[in-house]
Amino acid sequence: MSSAFAKIGLFAVALVLVGCEREKRDFNAGPPSSAATAEHFERDAYDISQGERLYGWMNCVGCHSHGGGGIGPALSDDNWIYGGTLQQIHDTIRDGRPNGMPAWGARLTDDEIWQIAAYVRSMGRYVAKDVAPSRQDAMQTSKAESRRPRLSPRWGAP
Amino acid sequence: MKAGRAIWFSLVLTICAAAGICAAADPLPPFARADDGQWTLPAKNTASTRFSTLAEINPANASRLRLDFTFKTGLGKGEEAAPLVVGNTMYIVTPYPNTVYALDLTKPGAVVKWRFDPHPAPASQGVACCDVINRGGAYADGKLVFNTLDGQTIALNATTGKLLWRTQLGNIKIGETITMAPLIARDKVLVGDSGGEFGVRGWIAALNLADGKIAWKAFNTGPDKDVLIGPSFRPFYAKDRGKDLGVSTWVGDEWKTGGGNVWGWVSYDPDLNLVYYGTGNPGPWNAEQRPGNNEWTAGIFARDLNTGQARWYYQWSPHDIYDHDGVNENILLDLHWRGQPRKVLVHPERNGYVYVLDRTTGEVLSAKPFVFINSSRGVDLKTGELLMNPAKKVGTDKTTYDICPTASGAKDWEPSAYSPRTGLLYIPHANLCMDEHGVSVSYIPGTPYVGADLRQKEGRGGHRGAFTAWDVLGQKKSWEVQEPLPVWSGAVVTAGDVVFYGTLDGWFKAVGARSGKLLWRYKTDSGIISQPVVYRGPDGHEYVAVLSGIGGWIGMVISNNMDARDKTGALGMVSAAGDLVGKVKKAGTLYVFRLR
Repeated sequence: MSSAFAKIGLFAVALVLVGCEREKRDFNAGPPSSAATAEHFERDAYDISQGERLYGWMNCVGCHSHGGGGIGPALSDDNWIYGGTLQQIHDTIRDGRPNGMPAWGARLTDDEIWQIAAYVRSMGRYVAKDVAPSRQDAMQTSKAESRRPRLSPRWGAP
Repeated sequence: MKAGRAIWFSLVLTICAAAGICAAADPLPPFARADDGQWTLPAKNTASTRFSTLAEINPANASRLRLDFTFKTGLGKGEEAAPLVVGNTMYIVTPYPNTVYALDLTKPGAVVKWRFDPHPAPASQGVACCDVINRGGAYADGKLVFNTLDGQTIALNATTGKLLWRTQLGNIKIGETITMAPLIARDKVLVGDSGGEFGVRGWIAALNLADGKIAWKAFNTGPDKDVLIGPSFRPFYAKDRGKDLGVSTWVGDEWKTGGGNVWGWVSYDPDLNLVYYGTGNPGPWNAEQRPGNNEWTAGIFARDLNTGQARWYYQWSPHDIYDHDGVNENILLDLHWRGQPRKVLVHPERNGYVYVLDRTTGEVLSAKPFVFINSSRGVDLKTGELLMNPAKKVGTDKTTYDICPTASGAKDWEPSAYSPRTGLLYIPHANLCMDEHGVSVSYIPGTPYVGADLRQKEGRGGHRGAFTAWDVLGQKKSWEVQEPLPVWSGAVVTAGDVVFYGTLDGWFKAVGARSGKLLWRYKTDSGIISQPVVYRGPDGHEYVAVLSGIGGWIGMVISNNMDARDKTGALGMVSAAGDLVGKVKKAGTLYVFRLR
């Protein structure tokens, strides 16, 4: 009996620790210049969920839907025209691309762009399961990001 | 060509003499009767009948139709255009990059006489709501006129392919594109803009065919001076009378981003000198952000060709909440309506009703449903009002289930055809319903201004599309071919009593105009979402031409390589067409058939 309680206790502690990691916020993040210092954005549930909000507010949904694409390419698959690394997605959002992607560098802070890029990475589940969004607040339209199978991106153009 | 016209006239005279009541009996207006075997306008004539008097192909021999030649555009985007035939030359306009090809019909294998590359701005691809399509060109007076995705209207010398003029009309920086086929009416070219999903203010412009200069331009929202509403404006219903309704039926400045675009069909009556065109959906889709009737969106204008001044207007869907653009085709007919000769226009509308309007006054004579509808309960012919069903109202942060018809409508832009021989309107259409969830949305220039998540799905009866023959005078369905997939191709009907249309999985079909019986079919390499045409070839025989190439709103799941797991993809259309993935491939190709 006591060992069972100990196990449950240990499990609870582990849960709390995982939860802490999941909700860890970095309040002093300066504008990172490259993915080497920006990777934490896609390891943090808070940043990814902020990215999801911004993705809606900036009308990304209108072109890319909830990952399936439309006017713009799909973001939840493994096919990337301009590359699917965090850095490449960040650069695509910041600078735009010639076949219709607008540049957001003048409208959003660099942190916000990293957050959206991190959320985009969660759509094909290139991020850890525990930080990917796990529910949809509106109409259920596809499996939650955290429940999608993990993909490994095929790299497109450099 | 002259010989052809003479033969036709003598034929008409013979029939008239035999029947003795020709002028009274022919439902085609006089200006739509002549047929020289060419196909110079997308809808055949300015009455938009898509009726060919050629009769070599008939129900008895249609099974002998064989492929004559093909021509590949080499593109993987939606091919929505009607091929045009002028003399011995066929013209096709491709989706972006909007290349124009002139094909020599006198030589085997469709030799290219010339091609023209307008080089539209690549960024225009990012502001085209529903694939980078183009609905084709128009020909008159030695000129081939067409529009480009980045908002230009261009006229070419049809013989040489040399540029005559180009006029920049649209601004892609605010999401404004042009996808419609221009209409040439007398000495003017009529063009309108697309962008109802980007908060773009809709307009129609008349350019001089001679030099491309703008003769007039009329907006579909805003103050009367912008809308070209003046003393000659006499709408039939009281609701549409008053000063500056294009401002006062909106809140604040919403009319400036309110849509009402002109991306569909334009008709023209030279006797009344009136131009008819529908206006697109109001923006954003989330209607809670724009209380009011949202004039002059989701309706129809009649305007004087010379001045652009509005004559009348009728609103199909006041304060539209379902993206029900009013831009579908208007077929101009002269009917004996309840014993009275009436100049009418017939309009199968996205909201699910076939409207018959008096085209001199804008009075609604009839509005009968041609599909299952639960979003509205009919049209009050006294007030002209569409009677909405409050149970199917959509709103912010709320999901409304099972709305019929869907956002793309009972019928989208794919044009119907009318035969004066059968009195039937051949309507290609969908049978879809939807769930919609409203979301609040901000206007950011050049980005989508929609505010809704959609799931589109199969309608009642287990089929997603149908090809319906509608008895215009009887105001009821005559026959219907149920199709498993939504029908997104236009129709063409002939004096041989054969109707042609295509399906999303690539079948090009000939059915009997009186029976709906399948006479012949051919499997093309891709899905068909274009406009078939019928013409007399250089050898005097009847030919049928159609472009195949999946895309458009319905086929974006293929043409834009979408991930079909997201049911909201392509504004919810993925739920209705996601099963095309793996079955239909991209392949823009022209197919031409004749009897063998």
